[in-house]
Amino acid sequence: MSKKVPAWQAVLRGLGPRGMALRIGAPVLALLISLGITMVLLRVTGADPVSSVQAMVDYGTTPNSVVDILNRATRYYLSAVAVAIGFRMALLNIGVDGQYRLAALLAAALAGALSLPAPFGQILTIVAAMVVGGLWAAIAGVLKVTRGVSEVLSTIMLNSIATGLIAYLLNPKRLAEMRPGSNNIATPQVPSSGRVGALNGALSAIGIDLPGRLYGLLPVAIVVGIVFWVVVNYTRFGFDLKVSGLAPGAAEASGVSAKKMIVVTMVTSGAIAGLIGMPELLGASYEYSLNFPAGLGFTGITVALLGRNHPLGIAFAAVLFAFLDQTSDVLQEVEVPKEIVGVMQGVVVLTVVIVYELVRRFEIRREQRAVAGELATGHDLARAGKGR
Amino acid sequence: MNAVKKLRLPHYLLIAAGLLVLLSLVRVVDGANDVTSSGTVEAMLRLAVPIFLAGLGGLWAERAGVINIGLEGMMILGTWTGAWAGYQWGPWIGVLAGIAGGALGGLLHAVATVSFGVDHIVSGVAINILGLGLTQFLAGLVFNVGHAKELGGGPRQSPPVDPITKISLPVLSGGGGTPDWLGSLEKHHWFLVSDLAGVLRGLTHQMSLLTLVALLLVPVSYFVLWRTPFGLRVRSCGEDPYAAESLGVRVYRMKYAAVLISGGLAGLAGAFLVTVAAPIYQDGQTAGRGFIGLAAMIFGNWRPGGLAAGSLLFGYTDAMNVRDGGQAVHALLLFVAVLLVAVAAWQAWRRSFLAAGLAAVAAVGLLVWFLDSDVVPGELVSFSPHLTTLLVLALASQRLRMPAADGLRYRRGEAR
Repeated sequence: MSKKVPAWQAVLRGLGPRGMALRIGAPVLALLISLGITMVLLRVTGADPVSSVQAMVDYGTTPNSVVDILNRATRYYLSAVAVAIGFRMALLNIGVDGQYRLAALLAAALAGALSLPAPFGQILTIVAAMVVGGLWAAIAGVLKVTRGVSEVLSTIMLNSIATGLIAYLLNPKRLAEMRPGSNNIATPQVPSSGRVGALNGALSAIGIDLPGRLYGLLPVAIVVGIVFWVVVNYTRFGFDLKVSGLAPGAAEASGVSAKKMIVVTMVTSGAIAGLIGMPELLGASYEYSLNFPAGLGFTGITVALLGRNHPLGIAFAAVLFAFLDQTSDVLQEVEVPKEIVGVMQGVVVLTVVIVYELVRRFEIRREQRAVAGELATGHDLARAGKGR
Repeated sequence: MNAVKKLRLPHYLLIAAGLLVLLSLVRVVDGANDVTSSGTVEAMLRLAVPIFLAGLGGLWAERAGVINIGLEGMMILGTWTGAWAGYQWGPWIGVLAGIAGGALGGLLHAVATVSFGVDHIVSGVAINILGLGLTQFLAGLVFNVGHAKELGGGPRQSPPVDPITKISLPVLSGGGGTPDWLGSLEKHHWFLVSDLAGVLRGLTHQMSLLTLVALLLVPVSYFVLWRTPFGLRVRSCGEDPYAAESLGVRVYRMKYAAVLISGGLAGLAGAFLVTVAAPIYQDGQTAGRGFIGLAAMIFGNWRPGGLAAGSLLFGYTDAMNVRDGGQAVHALLLFVAVLLVAVAAWQAWRRSFLAAGLAAVAAVGLLVWFLDSDVVPGELVSFSPHLTTLLVLALASQRLRMPAADGLRYRRGEAR
């Protein structure tokens, strides 16, 4: 076995595909390129790019914004982890969007009807959401393994079907009620025994005072991230998952059932997707209404790509996207349509994947050169490895 | 399924005739005249064309080995550029601009997937995000100011575009002030006769010239892809790019061409929406039609004729949705139940009893629903195209064959 290289040396040397410099450098480079493109775009629209970005940063760092950004990032993070689980196995679960909305609606209806003592109501609601999300995703998984339907298309269709079902169920005749004085339709309010309090109290006890309400379920996102990391890196299941994604043939040969892995992965992804709506439902809105946050599943795909499906990378990406969304309103003041944020996000994804690909090619070329160089000098790699 | 008989044109005509008789039957039973009315057929055609054009875009790209899930984004780009040029210089310039806008998205996809070797699906997803963001951004910037705003533009919509001329067949469908024989025949609601009249009138009444262009693209695409050297080269890149390379085909160039055409067709689908379907650009106008087009292409086994049939099927279910067809969909419950009974009998005859049982249970379920209600709620009708897509994919995808090298990364000069 070779001697263990200290981490800081590994960074400097940029060892192979696991080189930290490239791992962190590639996304940073991609973000810089995207920032450049955005600046040009702002310039074209007639705004001053530097002061616009400055205004976004100023607004984004006020305490009120920080709380909102963290809340948004919690939703994005859970959504991105749900997507990343699929990505790890080369499955693209575009259906996270439908899964979390359907799960949130049904869980909200359940929570509104429940009146259980404190921890049980919350736990039951969360479990119900995960079950609904998992089952809805399972449809796509089962269709893929039994009928060979691409999960990309089936989940897109399931999203539209979920939208229709939600419209059908969110009706005063069924699961919802009219809110007097507005056009809003919502499920019955979750009773106070079934809610999750804000995190502000716990934080002020350790000396951090924040305005507004920080999601009480924010720690759940952190736990999900840690569990995801441990499961993927340190368990048999995680290993099977990665192998099935990278080399289906090798996985099959070593006794991993590809079909089983696909269904299990989709169900897990859907169950995590079920969690996405929970911080908002139990910690802020207490009901599923027409105003419930929508489209989080698509943001999750982008965030997962940017974060390279790594729990920490996703966390950074989630905060970045939350920051962009939160601060887009400021741009209105300098006469720039806030939709420019959508352009930024698209540019980020495209730049990121292209830069990753270029870096990958660069690494392969460098390794080939290194191997060729060693061989040319007559240096026996295998023996040298043993000798060390 | 080892003795799959090849179906030819007479078979298809026979199947179509049988389905029409069945449709006519359920229409009479349930009194749902919208099932085969000319209005429904007209709407079906109008709604099928964008799906078809998007699917044709997918077909071109995938025949060259590039999966194009960015069709939706390219279509959105086409709606914006189409409306932008269309309200200023007339609808036909708008159509050309729509094609150009979609082709721009195609170029981006080609750069990412062909030159840089990015995963096709990831690039497509990025283009979908980018297309949506860019058009929303530009709409706010361009349609919400000055002259455009005076003409009725706003941050989420463009000023109105003049619609493209519509034509009707003379004598039969009342074109040019002549009598409308089919129309009067349809009004009697006779069994089969009126249905046939309704379908024919729907296909020949008030048809947009752009629809005619789209219909012509079926034989044109078939001819170019299967009967010209260029088409052969494009398809060879989708089946085996390394073999094509060894024969001197410039694979990158072919892939670029195909993906550009693909984007252009998706853009044309977008332009169709703004110049024919609703003469205006609106945010969210495409409503996932790019994806349904992709499903129609898979349903059609990566061939233009099959794609057209799939598009008509989805266009029909979409027409039910648009025409608020709770009553008609209710009649269709019976239609599907009868079909399922036939499937159950067929499967039982083939001694596949599990499939037969499932089909029978589903048929009974639909029949109970049919008898127990009067209309299908609108919210449930809204996703009937998507549900149909899902069911069709589930039933059909095993008999299909996609291009062998579809979606695979290819780099010039490498071994496979």
